[in-house]
Amino acid sequence: MAVTPAARGTLPDSIGKKFSRFFHAHPGLSIFLLLLLPFLWLGVVYFGSLGALILQSVFQYDSYSGRVIHIITGENYIELLSPSNLDIILRTASMAAAVTLADAIVAFPLAYYVVRYAKGRVKALLYLAVLLPLWSSYIVRVYAWKLILAKEGILSWFMAQLGMTSLLDKVLSFPGIGGPSLSTSMIGMWIVFVYIWLPYMYLPIHASLERLSTSMLEASADLGARPASTFWRVTLPLVMPGVVAGSIFTFSLTMGDFIIPGTIGNSSLFIGQAVLRYQGTAGNIPLAAAMTVVPMVVMALYLVLARSRGAFDAL
Amino acid sequence: MDERIIAVRFVDVKRYFGDVAAVNGVNLDIYDGEFFTMLGPSGSGKTTCLRMIAGFDHPNSGRIELFGRDVTGLPPYDRDVHTVFQDYALFPHMTVGENVAYRLTILHRPKAEIQKRVEEILELVRLPGLAMRKPSQLSGGQRQRVALARALIDHPKVLLLDEPLGALDLKLRQQMQIELKNIQQRVGITFIYVTHDQEEALTMSDRLAVFNLGRVEQYGAPEDIYENPSTVFTAGFVGTSNVFKGPAAEKITGSSQTFTIRPEKIALHDPEADISDAEVFADGVVREGVYLGMYTRFIIALDLGGELTVVEQNVGASHKLDAARGKRVRAVWHRDFIRPIAEGG
Repeated sequence: MAVTPAARGTLPDSIGKKFSRFFHAHPGLSIFLLLLLPFLWLGVVYFGSLGALILQSVFQYDSYSGRVIHIITGENYIELLSPSNLDIILRTASMAAAVTLADAIVAFPLAYYVVRYAKGRVKALLYLAVLLPLWSSYIVRVYAWKLILAKEGILSWFMAQLGMTSLLDKVLSFPGIGGPSLSTSMIGMWIVFVYIWLPYMYLPIHASLERLSTSMLEASADLGARPASTFWRVTLPLVMPGVVAGSIFTFSLTMGDFIIPGTIGNSSLFIGQAVLRYQGTAGNIPLAAAMTVVPMVVMALYLVLARSRGAFDAL
Repeated sequence: MDERIIAVRFVDVKRYFGDVAAVNGVNLDIYDGEFFTMLGPSGSGKTTCLRMIAGFDHPNSGRIELFGRDVTGLPPYDRDVHTVFQDYALFPHMTVGENVAYRLTILHRPKAEIQKRVEEILELVRLPGLAMRKPSQLSGGQRQRVALARALIDHPKVLLLDEPLGALDLKLRQQMQIELKNIQQRVGITFIYVTHDQEEALTMSDRLAVFNLGRVEQYGAPEDIYENPSTVFTAGFVGTSNVFKGPAAEKITGSSQTFTIRPEKIALHDPEADISDAEVFADGVVREGVYLGMYTRFIIALDLGGELTVVEQNVGASHKLDAARGKRVRAVWHRDFIRPIAEGG
């Protein structure tokens, strides 16, 4: 049944129809409206504050009056190189690196198992198990860990039951990373960081493993590569973008965190805590801002390095 | 002929997925150096058979031999066969050259040799000078050739091809069919080719096996399969066939034995036309005529029930199809073209 043009002409166009026809005729306007909100958010709120931060980091701080003087200077960055600040930066960066490495080592085999071998309910259950911790408050989980790792806590009790107290003591006696108990040592802090950020490493690795087609692995085996060879030549390079994405999360989240270093571990400062202290009690916002730039620079360097090493070749 | 070497042998191979028998007792001998096709609809077990030769899948019972050696439980990397995958499975993080060289890299061959062989093989598949490209920069047909080059580089004893032309358009597919066949004849390697396209199977194969429901229905040379289908399934899947059973068969031939007749063997005559003793006939009315360029296909509603498909070459000027519709005709064919076949299948 064809509708004749005359019959169609007698029907009045609805407002909605006129509206959609207008946008169809002006595609540029639709795109503008679509991007308006995200642009305002990213452009003004995000890049705006980023610009303000960087600007603050080059202002001068008068330590006598405690006032910020609007003169451009590089002295905040020179201040970062003082032994105590350098110590903080190195400590934080080493922790972030150690956490990232451990998360990758834990997340990869788990994701590999879930994607390649687990089926149906088991797969859903394991996936949920990784994500479940994100449903409860981060603070609650950190305090729970403080109790687990405490000197009289469940972990040391468990070790004692297994007759492994001496092993625990030996681990805690390591200079630099040890301490009186797990909850007051760097090892303890590392364990909590690895636990808290694990889902952020797991998810991107899981996603890129899902994208890796089985025929790719079969092709490698078909051409004579044994499983280990296939892993190094095919699986790892193709999943690398996922690992890098995960490491960006774990690395930067660790670099900026001040709750875990304030709750677990000893009194030595991390970047997040230092920022809090400089801008809080001391009111030295320029130095705090300069300190905040450090993790961004480290991440940028990391990405440049990853790119030049071919981590994104598979993208 | 008896002296021919058997490249791949299936001995009563069965493969179950849960309760479903994907491959249900396959026996096959594939000769060295031939182009062998496994033809069948999806779910007929042909791809599973191919995967079992490659070692990606393993039989629940039975035995698979490669040149007389039992390889039944062996992993893919311990078999001298390579595969061209349906999705090509090129490694996206490597260049074309690195993809093609993969096998030789695994074997730790010297760099100079690898480079020479890569150049030679890219020449063979007519892709010279593309070694530095990434697979993502190639067209579908070019990727297909790279996959072929990668699998051929160290002259495996057997090459497995899993519907490799499925993703290409018709023109390119026909061109690649000829080219694949040429390459196979030049390198002299046994090609085992899986497809659901019967035309492709007939064009390319030295011999082919027709798969249905996890079994081999029939295997032999293309003209054997086409001219002498042994089951109703083969007759219907390879080309088009008219099947007559029971009383209808008896009215035409005088025997109730089920038989098939190919549409191109039938001629349409005027009603009441005389026929010789060597011929048989069936009367009916033209229900439909479809003009297909090179030939015209007629559907005849038979007086004794059912339909008959007849194909006539358009030798003269174009048929007047409208005039043909509704006309009474006598369909006539020679007794020699009648193929008695087994029931069922």
